[in-house]
Amino acid sequence: MTESTINRVVGIDLGTTNSLVAFMQGEKPVVIPGEDGSNLVPSVVAMASGRAVVGNAARKQLIEHPETAVYSVKRLMGRGLEDVQEEIKLFPFRLAQNLKSGEVLRLQMGDREFTPPEISAQILSQLKRNAERYFGAPVTQAVITVPAYFNDAQRQATKDAGRIAGLEVLRLVNEPTAAALAYGLDQQHDGIVAVYDFGGGTFDISILKLHEGIFEVISTNGDTHLGGDDIDNLLIAIAVDDIRGDLGIDVSRDASAVQAIRKAMIDAKIALSAEEHVDVDVPLSDGRHYRRAITREQVEQLIEPVIQRTAAPCRQALVDAGITPEQIDEVVLVGGSTRIPRVRTLVDDVFRLASRGKKPHTELNPDEVVALGAAVQAHILGGGSATTENMLLLDVTPLSLGIEALGGVVAKIIQRNSTIPASATEHFTTGVDGQTNVAIHVLQGERELAKDCRSLARFDLKGIPPMSAGLPRIEVKFLIDSDGILRVSAREQRSGKEADIEVKPTYGLTDEQVEQMILDSFDYAEEDLHERQVIEARNEAETLLTLVDKAPSNAAWQMLSADEVETIAARRAELESAMAGTDYKAIRDGIEAVDRATRRFAELQMGAAVSGAIQGRTMDSAANELGDGPTAPHPFAAAEIEGTTKQ
Amino acid sequence: MINQAEQDAIAATDYFALFERPRHLVLDTVTLEKDFYRLSRQWHPDRFARAAPEEKQRSLEMTSQLNDAYRTLKDPIARTEYLLTIEGKPIERDKNADAKEIPADLLEEVFELNMQLEEMRAGGDDPDIRADLQRARTNFEAQLEGAGSDLQGLWQQWDRASDAHDVTTKTKTLDAMVALLHRRQYIANLVRDVRAALGVE
Repeated sequence: MTESTINRVVGIDLGTTNSLVAFMQGEKPVVIPGEDGSNLVPSVVAMASGRAVVGNAARKQLIEHPETAVYSVKRLMGRGLEDVQEEIKLFPFRLAQNLKSGEVLRLQMGDREFTPPEISAQILSQLKRNAERYFGAPVTQAVITVPAYFNDAQRQATKDAGRIAGLEVLRLVNEPTAAALAYGLDQQHDGIVAVYDFGGGTFDISILKLHEGIFEVISTNGDTHLGGDDIDNLLIAIAVDDIRGDLGIDVSRDASAVQAIRKAMIDAKIALSAEEHVDVDVPLSDGRHYRRAITREQVEQLIEPVIQRTAAPCRQALVDAGITPEQIDEVVLVGGSTRIPRVRTLVDDVFRLASRGKKPHTELNPDEVVALGAAVQAHILGGGSATTENMLLLDVTPLSLGIEALGGVVAKIIQRNSTIPASATEHFTTGVDGQTNVAIHVLQGERELAKDCRSLARFDLKGIPPMSAGLPRIEVKFLIDSDGILRVSAREQRSGKEADIEVKPTYGLTDEQVEQMILDSFDYAEEDLHERQVIEARNEAETLLTLVDKAPSNAAWQMLSADEVETIAARRAELESAMAGTDYKAIRDGIEAVDRATRRFAELQMGAAVSGAIQGRTMDSAANELGDGPTAPHPFAAAEIEGTTKQ
Repeated sequence: MINQAEQDAIAATDYFALFERPRHLVLDTVTLEKDFYRLSRQWHPDRFARAAPEEKQRSLEMTSQLNDAYRTLKDPIARTEYLLTIEGKPIERDKNADAKEIPADLLEEVFELNMQLEEMRAGGDDPDIRADLQRARTNFEAQLEGAGSDLQGLWQQWDRASDAHDVTTKTKTLDAMVALLHRRQYIANLVRDVRAALGVE
């Protein structure tokens, strides 16, 4: 394996609001910008003429054609119909008709339906393309971050999204842990660190012990449905109410208007982190405007309950870690919502920072720090280097794992905050003579009753040799792997027979479904390929046209006949009209025609002395040799296509 | 590199041997942590992210065993219970078995406490009952602490008997530990109930 491929494991922060891709450049993690130069790719996916668009382009579409776009899809990852009733009320998710309980959700986008992992896969594909453009080579392996408090199904859904996007997910890393890693790279202090991660849709708190390069998570807690989104929804509700009261219009059913209001309210929220008051002005479809002055104080009052919800998980994490707030040496702030001044004062209170003369760490951009940490972990998994060789992450499982016992109570077999990988072995037997199946129900959560915990999977131990009741002794091993995902294996000990078990996740895609989605994405890869060929051809044509435009200022131009100049102008016009279409072959033909028409000019330009040598050469290559042309086209295009066909 | 033989050896071993220690109950958690970190650096799946599937699997299984061992040994009660299990005297872990086998010397105190708890539930928050419960809480918390130091005494007794291969004392100590852990669990449940009744954590 060559050095270049070793370093090509990227770190991805698949966020609720924004997503980023980063990698280790030398000894430093850096974020890879998108085509538009921006580090953040908004986690918005839209369907435009049968094709998925991602990021800023999709965000535009969200306002113009909201029915074709989806945002905050992370909230739906690994969730079933019963879990998302609250979400549906607050977010404009358009669930597919005829969804059944126990099925993976499907969302309507334009005239098609997609599962949350498929939509997330579109975001991941965009990040993959950004990285491939940057490297000029295919990217196939990644580390993806997830909220520490994500359960098994949410983690599995994220891994599925990676597979659908053509990425081998080497590891899922918890977001707060990744942030600690990014900070730890710079400041090799030993001590106890709390990472407070308040993002767009999730909240996590993790307490870590740092010791000689080991990052040992002691406890974690959080809420996977608490974030800046909730604050936005409160502000939107106020505006919708205002508009109903003051202007007498109900905009709540007008998706475009709601999105315009949402954008204005998010802008206002962000502005209020720096300003004391802000004026909101949203033009409505009837030409009138919704105008309102909002003060920071008003917003703080409104969002206080949301922010307070982060305090209890922090306290629980401290209790679980067996430490007092005073024992926390450093607090790291992660996620865009930590820019809100009231959030900072709450952190200050909970960890008693000011009274100890301490300040939370905000040196690294809270929007980027998770991706940077993911890049560090990607680097470690890819083989590492002197900088990272001593670093090792020891993370924990956020939720207890249990099995349903008689009477619907949960018997805990792996406690929350156990270092992962973690395992437990349980023994089962039969209750009836000759019984060959035993059903097992696995749950995740802290409550005593199965009905209050999250159902993780039900499975049957099959193929038990028929024996008298109570005689078989089936050993089942539960193992939570380094991604925080459960693996189960079973053996009947008396006969030594491996029991045939099929773990059916309660909400999740089967392997077959994921395979099908990968195949489906192939069909679209063809469309994507075409799209890319058009873009490439256009870029090439533009480069050529720039050269043609410069040509008249060259002395050689004066030597062309009027006919020749006219022909060049005609070919040029034809190429321009071809560029307006989407037939890349027509564009390529146009490029060739312009090349032919300008061949004599290229020869003249290079001078009679060398004309013999460049017979048959085109203007483009001649100009290149003269050092006057564009730089070589980026190798991205070819390499990426190669990568696509290989998968 | 982890080879199959190494993994088999680890899988067949108990948690004490995994940490290359005798089956001693008095244990320095600082050196235990050091060893845990050292072995983690050797075996952790992060070190085998690009290894062959079999080696990945071995790393996963060995590390999970290491983590399980560390979690068990660093906690005094879990450590004692684990030793009892591998020495053939497993503790029945039934935390809610309040009514089961009230330790004889506690009978009278438990009877009184139950009356007070009953009154507290029935009669609302009477300051007199509250004061009684506070006294009961102090009493049982002290007894819980006492059980803790008794246990440490038994640990030392076990370690000495184990080094001397004194089978009789070993068996006697194991039985004493089983009884003490039952008693300790019983008192811990009482403390939990009285704290709940008083509305403290």
